[in-house]
Amino acid sequence: MAFFRVESLVKYFGGLAAVNNVTFDVGQGEILGLIGPNGSGKTTIFNMITGYHRPTSGRVLFKAREIHRLPTFRICKLGIGRTFQVVKPLGRMTVLDNVIAAAYSRAGTTREAREHAQRTLEFCGMAPVRDQLAKSLPIAGRKRLEIARAMATRPDLLLLDETAAGLNPTELVAAIDLIRKIRDGGTTIIIIEHIMHVIMTISDRIHAINFGQTIAEGTPREVAADKAVIEAYLGKDYA
Amino acid sequence: MKKSLPPLVLLVVLVLFPLVVRDNYYQHLMILFLMWVVIGSGWNLIAGYTGQVSFGDAAFFGTGAYAAGLLSMHLGISAWWGMALGGFAAVAIGLPFGWICFRMRGAYFALATLALNEVMRNAATIAEGFTGGMVGILLMPTFVSKIPYYYIALALAAASIACVRIIASAKLGYYFVSIREDQDAAESLGIDTHFYKMVSLAFAAFWTGMAGTLYMNYMGFIDPSVVFSLHDISIMAILVGIVGGVGTVYGPAVGAFVMIAVQEFFRSGFFGFFQGLGDMTGISAFLSLSGLLKQGHVLGFGILVIVVILFLPNGIVGDWEKIRRKVFRLRPTGEGA
Repeated sequence: MAFFRVESLVKYFGGLAAVNNVTFDVGQGEILGLIGPNGSGKTTIFNMITGYHRPTSGRVLFKAREIHRLPTFRICKLGIGRTFQVVKPLGRMTVLDNVIAAAYSRAGTTREAREHAQRTLEFCGMAPVRDQLAKSLPIAGRKRLEIARAMATRPDLLLLDETAAGLNPTELVAAIDLIRKIRDGGTTIIIIEHIMHVIMTISDRIHAINFGQTIAEGTPREVAADKAVIEAYLGKDYA
Repeated sequence: MKKSLPPLVLLVVLVLFPLVVRDNYYQHLMILFLMWVVIGSGWNLIAGYTGQVSFGDAAFFGTGAYAAGLLSMHLGISAWWGMALGGFAAVAIGLPFGWICFRMRGAYFALATLALNEVMRNAATIAEGFTGGMVGILLMPTFVSKIPYYYIALALAAASIACVRIIASAKLGYYFVSIREDQDAAESLGIDTHFYKMVSLAFAAFWTGMAGTLYMNYMGFIDPSVVFSLHDISIMAILVGIVGGVGTVYGPAVGAFVMIAVQEFFRSGFFGFFQGLGDMTGISAFLSLSGLLKQGHVLGFGILVIVVILFLPNGIVGDWEKIRRKVFRLRPTGEGA
């Protein structure tokens, strides 16, 4: 039984098949890259995994348990954390308070939550800005706050939705380091990313979709050489 | 510790107030002020902290008042027993409402609370056999003096503020504010937003209902158009919250004081200023102006709200630093405090 499995997942929005029969497994400790052109259904898959959308059909299995009918907060408690592509900082709270709110999901007391939040901020390199209001952070900070907040819920599986988008080269290196550090800490990761440099360097495996359907799966090298993938990204002439 | 000093001083002043000021009129105003602190604190929990704006606080206020009044009318027991039950009666109305209506967000939820307000008012009016309908409920007051009412009101006000203060620094407070800031993000952090919105509403309904029981006991008379009043209760609760500062512990106290002061300022025709001016000069225009002002306290509220929203969007407490800088020309952070 796989650690995490998405099985024949389908999502219709009206008559549009946003996700059409996607299946993949993720092993414990693995980093799976999820790629595809804009609008290919990546974020919809994340939204189905975390309970924001109900799949039209298909199943999501986590630690041998069906989770696709559970509410979002319960999925978080089971050990799936996520970040949002369009960042959702709790604006009028400080960075520390953002993370404390998340840490309560695994803490009994305010003191435990506060301590765990402090450790998480240090782990994510955000301790220096912890007293700033979340809305005052620049985009790199907000993206990182998304990760810190998700990590504070102590996920076994972390879903990263374009956390590297909009970062400059220096910030990019830091983001890759952080993601590796999280994996080394024992957290399994599924990452959506458009920046090829990021996805190719950190993924163990890549699953490529287009128009809601799987077009390729394999190691980064295999997927980069795949005809369907090149066609999806660059057009028929290059395939 | 520095921060808890001013409220403690204020509490001592409030405890001594009726012993020093013997005037019935000012004692009456202070009782109203304290009652509004309780209502404002309740509204502040659901709207200020949790971000679910309620336009229907009177539903809970009236439920509390009627719980006390009906117990007394039908069972012949003291309406003070209602104080034990009135808060819970309001919670009993609030929870099923919240369970259904918290599926709606933002303005839609606010409209639903408005509807609840109207439903409760009409129900109390129509069920004549049970509630007395438009005739209302009249009780003999328990005390002749205002002082016992004053201390009961003070105890309620202090308890409601203490309740908000404890909640604000605990898990509940973090969860409430998270829901206000971004409900979807809050869900992803393991927060059962539907459940915690109901918890917040239960606290809000409880305190508002308690204020209602106090009103029943103190005023001795209620009818549906008074205690389920949209503009005298529900809108006033919003004004108290906004003027004082949403999502701040002491905002409702400041807001209640300002609102009661403004209300009385207008109601008394600027403390009889224009009346006196008219009598002195014999110009009848001053007398009619005085008469207009007495009916025009709502205009005063309107102007006040415009000023607050334009210059102090976070309310008096929320923008206190700004006021200090602008008015007192002090430096931003609290030296010498």
